[in-house]
Amino acid sequence: MGNFNGNDLVHAFSALGAGIAVCSGIGTGIGQGNAAGLGAQAVGRNPGAKGNIMSTMLLGQAVAETTGLYGLVVSLLLMFVKPFDS
Amino acid sequence: MISPAVAPTTLREADFYVHEFGSIDFFGSTVHITTTHICTIIVVVVLMALTLFLRHSFFKAERAGKMTTASTLVEMGVDMLTRFVEDSMGKKGAKKYINYIGVLFLYIFFCNTSGILGLRPPTADYGTTLCLALITWVMIMYADIRYNKWNMVKDLFQPFPLFFPMNVISIFSTPLSMSLRLFGNILGGTVLMALYYGMLPWFAKLGVPAALHTYFDIFSGAIQTYVFCMLTVTFVANKRGDAEM
Repeated sequence: MGNFNGNDLVHAFSALGAGIAVCSGIGTGIGQGNAAGLGAQAVGRNPGAKGNIMSTMLLGQAVAETTGLYGLVVSLLLMFVKPFDS
Repeated sequence: MISPAVAPTTLREADFYVHEFGSIDFFGSTVHITTTHICTIIVVVVLMALTLFLRHSFFKAERAGKMTTASTLVEMGVDMLTRFVEDSMGKKGAKKYINYIGVLFLYIFFCNTSGILGLRPPTADYGTTLCLALITWVMIMYADIRYNKWNMVKDLFQPFPLFFPMNVISIFSTPLSMSLRLFGNILGGTVLMALYYGMLPWFAKLGVPAALHTYFDIFSGAIQTYVFCMLTVTFVANKRGDAEM
């Protein structure tokens, strides 16, 4: 149990950090689901404007997704680019 | 760039890395030819062939005076593009930007959806998306300097003078967030498809990947294209203000 070197420790904590980084998707999921619900409500109130409402909603959701993606990029960086290896 | 020798062994079959195909010695430093270069060349060649073919059949139909599928498609495409740009920029402003937005839209769309044909999408490499976002950023700064001149500096202190650091950061966060959004979406799709193809048995690869490709490559690729072009047009139109609308 005592013969592991420092590099193994870095790998282990990188894996842990990669897993924690993707938890930023929680906020994204809640926010985007909320926006989709409001969009569906708007279509229910005004079915004729469905095209406009959908375009606006998709644009807003794609912009809001960015913050969730930052977490994904950090986790992919930790797992595959392994910047902390010695 | 990671060569196969250092990829972890358990992921040897699920390969979404960028590989190197040779290097050129260029005025003292080495330039590596990678997967992204080759896929970009393929996408550009296909795009040029498609547009030359559409142009030829459009003018042929114009001269003969009848309406064919290709000529109708071209007219519909130009009409949608014109309405898209004129909505945000007004008629006069649209004339300057419509060519670039059309090319940007086609290039990013074909890059994103090339995953369905087996290529590794060029936009799944941060170099491509960073360059596209930097071009947009230069367009935004140019429009800002040219149409707002010294108001640009005054705007940095705009709601309160205490907002100065935040306004400066938001100048730099525009290209960063645009490039990371496109890169992250397409790379996420690429990684998931590579894991799916690499790790499941043969009978799971027979009909089901069609649904995954439809979502990750076509749907997500089209939405990210639309969002990138829409944000470009919106930011430039904001900086132009009401100048010559």
